[in-house]
Order: sequence, then structure tokens, then C-alpha cells
Amino acid sequence: MTLNHFLDLALGRLDWHALPFWEMVEQPTLSHIVNGSIVTAAASLVVLGALATVVLITRYGKWKALWSDWLTSVDHKRIGIMFIVVALVMLARAIIEAAFMRAQQAVGLDGGFLSAEHFGEFFTTHGTIMIFFMAMPFLTGVINYVMPLQIGARDLSFPVMNSISLGLTAAGAALIMVSLVLTPFSTGGWSGYPPFTEASFNPGAGVDYWIWAVTLSSLGSTMTGINFAVTIYKERAPGMHLFRMPLFCWTALCTSILMIFAMPPLTVATAMLALDRYLDFHFFTQDLGGDMMNYVNLFWLFGHPEVYILILPAFGVFSEVFSTFSGKRLYGYKGLVIATMCIAVLSFTVWLHHFFTMGQSPSINAAFGIATMLIGVPTGVKIYDWMLTMFRGRVRLTIPMVYALGFLILFVIGGMTGILLANPSIDYQVHNTLFLVAHFHNMLVPGLLFGMLAGYQMWFPKAFGFRLEQRWGYRAAYAWIAGFMLAFFPLYALGLLGMPRRAVGFIEPAYLPWTIVAGIGALVVLFALFSLVMQFWLSLRQRHANRVPVGDPWDGRSLEWATPAPVPEYNFPVIPEVSSRDAFMREKDLGQAYQRPAEYRDITMPANSALGPILTVTGFLMAFGLVWYLWWLVILAGVASLGALIARSFVRRTTKVIRAEEVRETHEAWLRQVAETPAVTRDREQETSNRGRPAAPVSGAVQ
Amino acid sequence: MTDTTPPFPRRFGRFAAGLAVMPALAGCSYANLSFLAPQGPIAAAQRDHFWLVIAITLVVVLPVFVLTPVIVWRYRYGRRATYRPRWSFSRRLEYLIWGVPFLIVAILAVFLWRQTYALDPYNPLPSDNEPLHVQVVGYDWKWLFIYPDQHIATVDELVFPADRPLALELTSDTVMQSFFIPSLGSQVYAMNGMVTRLHLAADGPGRFRGENSQYNGKGFHTQRFSARAVSPAAFSDFVERVRRQGRALDRPTYQILDGRNTVPELTRALDGMGDDALRFSAIPDGLFSAIVAGGPVQALLPGPVVTSARQTPLHQPQGGTP
Ligand code: HEM
Ligand SMILES: [Cu+2]
Ligand SMILES: [Cu+2]
Repeated sequence: MTLNHFLDLALGRLDWHALPFWEMVEQPTLSHIVNGSIVTAAASLVVLGALATVVLITRYGKWKALWSDWLTSVDHKRIGIMFIVVALVMLARAIIEAAFMRAQQAVGLDGGFLSAEHFGEFFTTHGTIMIFFMAMPFLTGVINYVMPLQIGARDLSFPVMNSISLGLTAAGAALIMVSLVLTPFSTGGWSGYPPFTEASFNPGAGVDYWIWAVTLSSLGSTMTGINFAVTIYKERAPGMHLFRMPLFCWTALCTSILMIFAMPPLTVATAMLALDRYLDFHFFTQDLGGDMMNYVNLFWLFGHPEVYILILPAFGVFSEVFSTFSGKRLYGYKGLVIATMCIAVLSFTVWLHHFFTMGQSPSINAAFGIATMLIGVPTGVKIYDWMLTMFRGRVRLTIPMVYALGFLILFVIGGMTGILLANPSIDYQVHNTLFLVAHFHNMLVPGLLFGMLAGYQMWFPKAFGFRLEQRWGYRAAYAWIAGFMLAFFPLYALGLLGMPRRAVGFIEPAYLPWTIVAGIGALVVLFALFSLVMQFWLSLRQRHANRVPVGDPWDGRSLEWATPAPVPEYNFPVIPEVSSRDAFMREKDLGQAYQRPAEYRDITMPANSALGPILTVTGFLMAFGLVWYLWWLVILAGVASLGALIARSFVRRTTKVIRAEEVRETHEAWLRQVAETPAVTRDREQETSNRGRPAAPVSGAVQ
Repeated sequence: MTDTTPPFPRRFGRFAAGLAVMPALAGCSYANLSFLAPQGPIAAAQRDHFWLVIAITLVVVLPVFVLTPVIVWRYRYGRRATYRPRWSFSRRLEYLIWGVPFLIVAILAVFLWRQTYALDPYNPLPSDNEPLHVQVVGYDWKWLFIYPDQHIATVDELVFPADRPLALELTSDTVMQSFFIPSLGSQVYAMNGMVTRLHLAADGPGRFRGENSQYNGKGFHTQRFSARAVSPAAFSDFVERVRRQGRALDRPTYQILDGRNTVPELTRALDGMGDDALRFSAIPDGLFSAIVAGGPVQALLPGPVVTSARQTPLHQPQGGTP
């Protein structure tokens, strides 16, 4: 075996060209230098960021804590937090990419500074990250943290599987990050339509990065869905009937059902595409009987339910926000549950609206169009339910509430443009244009992102024991709203002027004013992101002043607020008994909150497991090997994964016991603290005197 | 009162006017770019439907815009408005908030159904004159327009008599594309091995911007073309001229046309110059169906046989519409 042979085997198709600066070194044209520098800077950030993290952890001697408190932890709360950390990191990257795209189009008349290929990678990574590595981990993290607490459970049904879900998602995210260092990424968009993504048109590593990143994420999400659904079915506290669950749990349930049924079509679609590319299967090729329309159908069979996977949990968060910060019961609870279920079921019947223009008969288009508009009914009902929740309440304009109100107003605009798009004859005009881009951002930014950010602001004190700083918090919220409007309303106009999506440049001067305004909007969005960072930083510094150990800073209604902040590992010293909706609010109303349990028992909790982090690494390596044809790595990592799974089945000590004595001590100490803490009224909830114990409701209430 | 700021409505009026003139400031008009300034019956119907749907939907949307601020203001914390923390249901309101959206959707559904049939791109358009048949082939990154009855073809230039509707058949010799002339009407996908159809018409002579709206690689944003509706006489002149001065579509030329290049690159590769650089005469019968079948395109064309430079995969005849 010659050296060359060996290198071929060892390095697969990796070579110098994978380095982000290689092209500009080989051919130093202006365009190559500009684009090469941008990617190289990004790649350096990734490498330096990773290095800095390693150095800091080593310097502060935190490796052990990281391993045993976080990475191997199967505590739903810690896993939830890790999911959200992944989401926030990826959010930062995707927003910076978005700003680059907006900047490009702001100067895109007859040119711009980004190359077409580079722009293609930008919209593909931005879309893929936002959906699979920002939105999905964010909502999964929030549900992970909140849902078990709200139903009075100690953990999810399958804690180790939860850690594996996190691992697979993280592996996918890591793969996308690595694609900055060893380029290129796909240019096929987040939907990856063949035949453009087939080997005959895109033979390089880019599409393979996309395939494996998405596949890892979809596998993780399928397991997450199963885990959440089973938990909600089986782990509810005594008395927590389905119709006593907080609405957030209902939306979590619907989302998990959607995940279970919608993720597999995606896994299948990407797997078939991989078979086409690696083993010449011709499922979606132009020739030998392949048909790309099958991919399009499979993808949207996932893709449409996916948008409801993304939006429903945010609806849940907003429901909690509106009722908590209006100091009032949620209006039309049953209606909201029914509406959520309707949306979940209907969402499987509308996928064809993503390709009205593929030449079907009008009867098919019309049927799917009407089904699509029908979803508008339960969605509209929800909007009015939230307004009626504020009606005759005591509305406090806290930060989550600013997001929620921004959502309420902006979301209906997105809903209206959605109704427009549901009309096939109108869609024939605005399909594939920036009108569509504006529409789905109009749903996803106020819907999903504002929802998650509102949840982050509301539950952060629960998770970490101190409130977030508020000046920068308000700034961030208002900047998000303003930035969104500036960045996306012009896109409606551009779409109506026929500007297609995914265009690196244009020749029509009429587009320029609008793209410039949208570019300014992107700057405001960057400021919003910066404000969130500032808020976090200041909050860390002021954490002692803003502590809320009693754990109920917002006069909350559901069970998670009945626990200390931060929440102990076992959540509840004794599993609560529930006798009504808004369980904790009822206890407070009856003066029965913060009771001393009759007796304490030993608590059995799942023990840490290394399986999650191991599969993260092996999953990543397998995918990486597949991308670059490093077959030895694929085999090694595959064997290691299998080995780890088998080894796990021999582990005997899968649980650990927390002694009753310890539980008693912690709990009694907290109860003492509760008793000593003065209760504050709602007008002081954003002040340092708020230690997490709310005063009884305002007087003058007519019950 | 010496305040010189105009009252709010007037200020808002100025702001709105400012928004409206922004495009004019940019020194250009929207004509021929958008269905909101329609140049044909289909686009006009789409515009009307567009505004109609907005108008009807506003019935449920406007109350949200108006009532949300009112509610937040009236029931804000610290005010002494009615407070009913346990009130959470009203049957009458429930009928209203389910009923009204449902009614709106029902009304919209009727229009949707009608318009979807009426504007079906496969429908031939009513006209006193015969439609002009044009076969459209999408390549990376340009369109070929074949005029089967005239035996000519053009690249990125669609010329047709203004008094005759267009009957288009579309396919793609590469990845999926979407053929779109916004100011005339609908877009429809063009897919390899398949034929889709589209019918368009112009109100009168004019030049309309056309494009591909489905991303297909790095030349995507250059894949624009102009559609020109001309007088019948001008159309005959055009056909005559292409017949006389157009170049032959021989095998080497087709080879280059079929490659991945933008129109400027193509023109350069073909050493073409002037208006007739990308116009072809003497197009053989059956070219379009041969392209759709993915088969013997070269066999139809004159000139020396060339082996494929781009690795066009084996084609399997598939035919048919999706
Ligand atoms: C808030 C700031 C955001 C900005 C400024 C932004 C900007 C953009 C831009 C410029 C594009 C490319 C448009 C084009 O095709 O020409 C895009 C595409 C996209 N964005 Fe965003 N975006 C933002 C947030 C989000 C969020 C929160 C999500 C999802 C959760 C998202 C999902 C997507 C998707 C799926 C695409 C399509 C990618 C494709 O064409 O394949 N974006 N965005
Ligand atoms: Cu959809
Ligand atoms: Cu087809």
C-alpha cells in the first residue's frame, strides 16, 4: 500500500479545498478575498470559541462538575437548560447570518459583496439552524424544564433517552458548526429539494453535511416526542386530570404527538436522499424511474406539521403569560384545548399548499387550500381567547407581556397573509417570492421566537433563582418588535413586486428602497440580540440583589411556582395532590400554600448516565465520517455506539435514592425562608424587594 | 397654543404619503413587475382576488388591532376598572369567536373554489384568436422558448402577438424551476421529464419582466427574461427575421446551451453578438418532446456528434404531467 493509498483511505475526500481560506489563497480575486475572509473569520470564531471554552473550564477546574452535574445528568431541568443553551448559541449564529444576507440585499442592486455560492450557504444554514437547531432545541428545552413541574412529576418517563435526544441534537449542531471550518455547506435551502441536492448536480460534501445534521436532529426529536407524550400520559400527579393541566402542557402534548408522526417522514426523506447520493439508489433522481415529487411530498408531510410543532408550545407559553400577568384565569380553557387539538389534526391535511404550483388539478388545489384556511379558525379563536383573558383583568406590562402583546398584534398580520397564501390562485403569484419569506417569518418570529423569549424571561428566575435585569430586557423586547417590523414588512412589498426568495442580487432599482429598510431592520435585530446578552451579563452581576428564593416572583398559577427557585433535583418533596385547574393559585387562594408535608419519604431518582454524551460524540463522528467518506471513522464510531448501547443494558444501578432526612432538611429550611420573607404586591414585582413571595390578590376583585 | 406640530392624523397622512412616494423617489415604476399593476386578464383577476381576501379577512383582524390596545389600557394594573379574576367563560362570546371566523372562512372558501377553477393555469383562455403555442425549456440558468409552429427558438426572450393568448408547455432539462411572469399571471413549475402547462395573455403590447423563482444554483438570480407582446405585424416580422438571421441549433451549440451557464456566458461561448445572438432558426419538429423524454435530442440536430461535457445522467422517458 503506497502512501497515497493510505492517505486516500485515511482522509477520504478531505483536502486543502475544504479550508475556508484556500480558494482566496489559490485565486486571490476581490470576491474570493471578501468571501474567504468572512468565512475564515467565522471559522476562527468557532475554533477560538471552542478553545476558550476548554481553557476556561480547565482554568477553573470545572471539568468534573461539567461532567457529573451537567453532561451525564438526566435531570429534566438540566437537560432542558442545556437544550436552551444550544438554541441560544445557534440563534446568535443564525441571526448574524441573517444580517449578512440583509446587508447583501441592501447593496444587492447589480452586485453586492457576497458570492452567489456563499449567499446560498447563508440561507441554507440560516434556515436549517433556525428550524432544527434554534427553534426545536429551544421549545424542547422549555417543555423539558416546565412540563414535568406543571404536571407534578419528578422527571420524564425516559430520562436517559432524554439525554440521548439532547446528544443527537447537539451532535447535529456541532456538525453545522464544523462545516464553517471544513467547508462547504449545502446551498439547497432548508428544504433540500432534489434533484438539485442529488450527486449529479451537487457532488460535494455540502449536501451531505445538511443531510446528516438534519437526520440527527430528526431522530432526536422523534425520541423527544415519544418521551413527552408518555410523560404526560403516565406521570401526572394524583388529581391532575388531563383537563386540569395548564394549557402549556396541552400544547406540549399536541406538539409531541406531531413530533411522533411528523419527524419520521423527514428521517425517511433524508435517508432516501442519502441512499441516492451514496449508493446510487435513484429515488429522486431525474432518471431510472426516480421522481423528485415524492421527496417534495415527504418533506412537506413533515414540513407543515413542523410549523405547528414550532408554534404550539409558544401558544402555550403565551397562554401562561396572558393569564399570569393579567392576574386572571385563562379565558375559554376548553375552547383553547379543542382549538389546539384541531390545529394538530388539521396540520396533517394541508401539506400540499407548499406546492400548489406543481401542476395538480384545481380540485386538489382547492381542497387543500380550503383545509389550510380552516386552520385559521382555531387560530383566530385563540387570539380572541387571549384578548378575553386580559379583559377584566389587571394587566401588568412586564417583559414577557411585551413580547406577548407584540405577538398578538403581529401574528394576526401573519395570519392574514397566510390566508392569502392559502388561495391557490393568489399563491400562483406570491409563491417562492419574498412575500412568502415575510409570511413565515411573520409567523415564526412573533410566534415561535417571541414565545420562547417570553418563556425565557418568565421562567429564568425559576431555574436560576434570580430575576433577569429589566432595563435591557425591555430594550431587547422593544427592539425585537421594531426590528422585526422593519426587517420583514418591506419583504411583503418586495414579494408583491415579484422579487424571488434566495436571490443574491437583483437588477430592478424599484427593489432598492425596500431592501435598504429591511437592512436597517436587521441592524435593529442585532441590537436586540446584543440587548439580550447585556441583560444576561448584568443579571449575573446583580444576581444577589434579584434573588427570588421563595420561587413565585410573578404570582404564578401552576405547580411549578409552588417550588423553591432554583428547583431541587426531585422537584417536589412529596408529590402534590391536585383538585382543580390553576392548582397553585387555588392553594394560595385557600391559604393552603407552602404546607408542611405529613411525612417525608426516600425519593428514588434516575442515576446519571454517560450514554448521552457518548452517543453525542459517536453520533457526531459517524456523521462527520459519512460527510467526508472517512469510512474507518464511520465503522469505529458505529461500533462504539453499539457497544455503548449494549454496555448500558448491563448497568444495574440505574437509580439513586435521596434520603428522606435530606429532603426534610432542605424543605424545612425553605419553608422557614418562606415564612420569613415578606410578601410583595404586584406593583413591586420588578423591584429587589420581590423575593418570590406574592401578596394576596388586589382588593376590590369581584369574584 | 403655539405648538407647531401638526395634529396626529395629518402627521400620519404625511408619513403614509412619504411611504407611497419612496419608490417614485427611486426613479422607477412598478409597471410590468407586479400583478398589482396587472398587464393581463389573469393577473388582474389575481389582484382583485388579493384585495378581496384582504378586505374580508380584515373583519376578524381589525378588532384585534383596535381592541387589544383598548383592553390593555383599560385594564392595566393600578386602575380601578372591573376586575374579575375568576371569570373565564361566556357562551355567547364563544359562539361569536368561533362563529365569525368560521363564517369568514366559509365565504372565503367559496371564492377560493371558484377562483382556483377559473384561474387554473391549465385552462385555455377565451379569445377570438388562436393561441400561440410556445414550448418552454428551463436550463441552468436560462429559458429556451421553442415556437413549434414557426420552427424558431429564442433564449430568454418571449415574443408573442398581443392579440393572441399564450399556450405554454413547460419542462426543465435540469433541476426544477418555476416559470413566472408576474404582471401577466401565474407561475408554474417546470420539471425534468414532465410537462406542465400554463396559459397567459396580455391586455396589449408591452414588455413584461419574467423570471425563474425556484432557486437552482449560483446563476439563479440572473435567470430573468423579458416577455414582449407586440402587434401581429411586428410578430410576423420577428418570426421572419429569426428565420433569416437566427443561427442554426446544431449539436455543438445545443451542447453549450445545455450546460450550466448564464446568458452572458452563453453568448460569449457562442461568439454571438447583437440581437440575434441567441435566436435559432430551423428548429426541427419534436425537439421539445425529445427533451422531455430525455432521449435522442442530438439525433434531431445537425452537426458533428459531441460527447456530453456535463455528465447528464441517463434519461428514462417518463412523459406525462404530474
Ligand atoms: C429575526 C431575525 C431574522 C432575520 C433578519 C432573518 C432573515 C432571513 C433572510 C434574509 C432569509 C433569506 C431570504 C431569502 O430567501 O431571500 C431568511 C430565510 C429563512 N429564515 Fe430567517 N430570519 C430571521 C429569523 C428567523 C427565524 C426565527 C426563523 C425560524 C425559526 C427563520 C427561518 C428561516 C427559514 C426557514 C428561511 C428559509 C431558508 C431557505 O430559503 O431555505 N428565520 N431569513
Ligand atoms: Cu404549510
Ligand atoms: Cu412533476
